[in-house]
Amino acid sequence: MNYFYFPLEDWTNHFVNEWLLPVMSGFFNSISTVLRAFIEGVTNLLVVVPPEIIMILLVLLSWKIAGKGLALFTLIGCIFIGSVNLWEAAMQTVSIVLVSTFLSILIGVPLGILSATNKVIERMMRPILDFMQTLPSFVYLIPAILLFGLGGVPAVIATFVFATPPAVRMTNLGIRQVPSDVVEASRAFGSTSRQLLLKVQLPLALPTIMAGVNQTMMLALSMAVIASMIGAPGLGSTVLSGISRVNVGLGLTGGLAIVVLAIILDRITQGLAKKA
Amino acid sequence: MNKIEVTDLTKIFGSHPKQGLKSLKNGEQKADILKKTGMTVGVNQTSFSVQAGEIFVIMGLSGSGKSTLIRLVNRLIEPTDGEILIDGEDITKMDKNTLIETRRKKLAMVFQQFGLLPHRTVLTNVAYGLEIQGVDKAEREKKALKSIEDVGLKGYEASYPNQLSGGMQQRVGLARALANDSDILLMDEAFSALDPLIRKEMQDELLDLQNKLGKTILFITHDLDEALKLGDRIAIMKDGEIVQVGTAEEILENPANEYVSNFVKDVDRSKVLEASHVMKKPGVLLSYKDGPRMAVRKMEEAGVSSIFVVDKENNFKGLLTIDDAIKAYKENIPMEDVLLDTVHFASPTTPLNDLIGIAAETKYPIVVVEDGKLKGIISRVSILSGLVLGKEKDEVVSS
Repeated sequence: MNYFYFPLEDWTNHFVNEWLLPVMSGFFNSISTVLRAFIEGVTNLLVVVPPEIIMILLVLLSWKIAGKGLALFTLIGCIFIGSVNLWEAAMQTVSIVLVSTFLSILIGVPLGILSATNKVIERMMRPILDFMQTLPSFVYLIPAILLFGLGGVPAVIATFVFATPPAVRMTNLGIRQVPSDVVEASRAFGSTSRQLLLKVQLPLALPTIMAGVNQTMMLALSMAVIASMIGAPGLGSTVLSGISRVNVGLGLTGGLAIVVLAIILDRITQGLAKKA
Repeated sequence: MNKIEVTDLTKIFGSHPKQGLKSLKNGEQKADILKKTGMTVGVNQTSFSVQAGEIFVIMGLSGSGKSTLIRLVNRLIEPTDGEILIDGEDITKMDKNTLIETRRKKLAMVFQQFGLLPHRTVLTNVAYGLEIQGVDKAEREKKALKSIEDVGLKGYEASYPNQLSGGMQQRVGLARALANDSDILLMDEAFSALDPLIRKEMQDELLDLQNKLGKTILFITHDLDEALKLGDRIAIMKDGEIVQVGTAEEILENPANEYVSNFVKDVDRSKVLEASHVMKKPGVLLSYKDGPRMAVRKMEEAGVSSIFVVDKENNFKGLLTIDDAIKAYKENIPMEDVLLDTVHFASPTTPLNDLIGIAAETKYPIVVVEDGKLKGIISRVSILSGLVLGKEKDEVVSS
């Protein structure tokens, strides 16, 4: 099949090393600085506040949103994470998840709104989203390191790339699912596009958008674990050191802590979606 | 004054509407254009006008373009060609802001599927039109409450649409349209989704409201009975064109073409026709002065067994049977004393529906009088033939 050689590899390396890095490094550095400050701020907050207070807040939140069952689970789960000495690691993971979910929603929801209201944008967005979701995540961990160095920042960037598509897609879907007769009625009474969006489309799409947020958060959690390979701190790195030291016990405790976090985050955001 | 005036309005769905428009203007048929170019002619060079205060019904079967037509009037669908004057201003030429302003102030709409906002209460649904106009909360809720009361939904302000029955939901839809205080109501198959009893109730209430409020209503329906009941004037639509415009009677009595006459064939005429449509001039009349002898002769000549008696001014005096006439002649009794006055009366505007029962009971024709004067008579036969055929030509009636 090799009728000719297609030097994509050389071109990409040339592009990244000769142009992207030297010319754009200032740009990437400033993103990096902002993000690092953001992540560190959140991490510090989560680590500095006594675990008991965070636990109580989490339990109350679970109770309010998803009921007694989850509240009990959250209580036991937090005590478990604390008692296997993984509280700080868990908070580091949570802060990466929160920051990247925040970014995904910040960018994804408006993009979803745009693609729901504009066919051209939707047609452009679709292949980009497919690309973001299907490209193996390890592939963009490499440029993430090159552009943003090691640590939390490339982890958040890679997580953002991985977790944004559901936010865009579900927002788009939610708005398109608003019954056309309702939209028509709203227009017939003289709504501007803005009023239609704020008073009709977004409120009615909210449950679907929240389901997207739930998906985004779950994807962010799974990616935040993988991102430990590029030096992201947190539960992922616990599991990673379990693997590299063939320490089954360490791997299991880290893994269980991730599961506990996943369940709590999932049920809380699902509860939000149901209430929306 | 014409509230809505539509001239040569055309809507073509497809990729090159302007080209289709040219074909239409060259006299090509809708079906040919569809075959040749794949474009659908929704509304074809249609003109009509709606006067202030009237209910103008557009009736057509599904696919006739009626729902497209009503959406062209407030530009929910962009017209391809033609003009639509709302209070003299052409809505097709308005810029976006003027259009929105016109929709807010002049055109309120009621939808077949109600189009209520499911996340809002009845009150905030009804106030929606005012809310987007920036009317402050206290005032818009006051107006909304008023129109909720007008449609008979008082007490349901805090309910959500999904807690209400279909009929009640459409009342909310109507209240929302009324709250806007616009002169024109566009009603798109507003009652078609309701079951027959509720539909009838809503129709009656709409007529009541219309008596009070005097809106200009453009009403779309596929139900001929509904059209006949509500419409001051009715336009019949077929294949994107209006084939006939007229009052209910005009359409029933003089269908413009076979399509319309097929359409109106099965209509329940008793609801539409009035006594004056089926009454006939009595074949023979006896003047009050003529006397019983003359009466007997007239009846013999006409071969009838009774005769109506009037005075010089055509005031109805009574009915004379042949037996009574002979008796009066033989016994020399004054004719006044033998006249039967037990006949049933109707006014020219009495609905035929009300006469059917009477006609079934009485032996003699029903007498139609206006201000005491004899206008005509209605026999059982003429009611039946009126129901079947519509208005009768004047002809001799034997009773």
